[in-house]
Amino acid sequence: MTKEEVQKIVIDIIEEIAPDEDVSDIKPEVRLRDQLDLDSMDFLDIVMELRKQHGIEVPEEDYPKLASLESCGEYLTPKFNEKG
Amino acid sequence: MEDDRRIVITGVGMTAPNGNDLDEYRTNLLECRARIGKLDLRYMGETPAGICDFDSLRHQKKRELRVGTRAGSVSIYCAREGLADSGLDWESMDSNRIGVYVGTTEHGNVETENEVYNISQFDYDTRFWSHHHNPRTVANNPAGEVTLNLGIHGPHYTIGAACAAGNAGMIQGAQMLLLGEVDVALAGGVSESIRSFGIFAGFRSQGALATHIDPNQASRPFDMERNGIVVSEGGALYVLERLSDAKKRGANIVGEISGWCINSDASDYVLPNAERQAECMERALKMAKLNSDDIDIVSTHATATKQGDIQECKAVRSVFGKSEKTYVNNTKSYIGHCMGAAGALELAGNLPSFSDGIIHPTINVDSLDPECELPNLVINTPKEGVKVDAILNSSFGMLGINSALIIRRFSE
Repeated sequence: MTKEEVQKIVIDIIEEIAPDEDVSDIKPEVRLRDQLDLDSMDFLDIVMELRKQHGIEVPEEDYPKLASLESCGEYLTPKFNEKG
Repeated sequence: MEDDRRIVITGVGMTAPNGNDLDEYRTNLLECRARIGKLDLRYMGETPAGICDFDSLRHQKKRELRVGTRAGSVSIYCAREGLADSGLDWESMDSNRIGVYVGTTEHGNVETENEVYNISQFDYDTRFWSHHHNPRTVANNPAGEVTLNLGIHGPHYTIGAACAAGNAGMIQGAQMLLLGEVDVALAGGVSESIRSFGIFAGFRSQGALATHIDPNQASRPFDMERNGIVVSEGGALYVLERLSDAKKRGANIVGEISGWCINSDASDYVLPNAERQAECMERALKMAKLNSDDIDIVSTHATATKQGDIQECKAVRSVFGKSEKTYVNNTKSYIGHCMGAAGALELAGNLPSFSDGIIHPTINVDSLDPECELPNLVINTPKEGVKVDAILNSSFGMLGINSALIIRRFSE
């Protein structure tokens, strides 16, 4: 799975948990919280949906790695590929 | 009595299965239109239930609806509609001086059932239990969601009082105004109970859940063929103020809260106690400094259970049996039992009587139970041309909690 495909998965999850937000123009390098109305509970929702929908576990110490779309791609792509 | 010791209603926000504002609701009550639907309940199948269809996106974002609860959403809708009705200048108000007091029969059943079902899809692995569970199920949730939505910084909490909760919420609001804790109280009751199969299953196991081929005829208090409760959702929150404040801003005064009582049967978990109910009504009359024949409408609690209706009629008879001018009605035949919202909604439907002089009937009475006969029970047809000056609104609940609330037409 490519980084772009993983980022698309993250965007789909954000669209689900923040349905009022426009996700069509998320800037990959900018922190998600700086460009979208997301709070800490929303980030927990992202973690939960990764677990539910894709069987991906994000330990608490790694939560900062979900800060931006770019860092999500970097961090999650190996996890998706390990899972096969 | 001094104006700062008198509590008045200056706004009504509500949603019932047959109306999302007071005009629509009142029209349906006077035109004898019930609106009970059918819900396909988890584990139980199709069951009659009162379902509200207010526009939840009118005052909330989609994200708030996803994170919050139905009870929160009902509360927000009612609070915002009530505030709009009150004409309060929201922007200029001190948000620390507004209190939110929401009566609920129960809270948390819906959300807990949903989470248990959710983890059942993952082999009961609790890692899939939502982090939203606790903020959704804390008992103050419905009132807390109102403060979040409106930016209110005064006190908020729910009043758990079984099905007497709507009255209890209003009484709490009035008391906090009298204590000077707040300047405006958003007070009443809400219910989201139709989203919990457990509430329905519990009533069914108790032999107290209504069934009928036509949902609109399922809720039939006082009728011989009644067979139990139709569970419904809904809400009514009132804007309450001290008369002195309401006058100062030239508010439209809907009515005055002039007396109340909450007491306890201390006799059974579920069976009503007519003697205590009568005592409750009498004590409310005493507080209001009224006699029984000063009351024009007794809005009954009757839920259409065999015993409950008979006991309440016994209580009403003992207090109002000799009062020729007191009419008795019921609202649950139209909207079912709105649980925590019941008392507040049933009162709302009767308040327009102060201005239109009409008493809405209770419907679905094809054959009156002789044990429910009362001299002035208004059945199936509205009673017109009555000068209504005072309403006594009864609400009773499990564990033997009784409440009576008296609202008078406002006069100096």
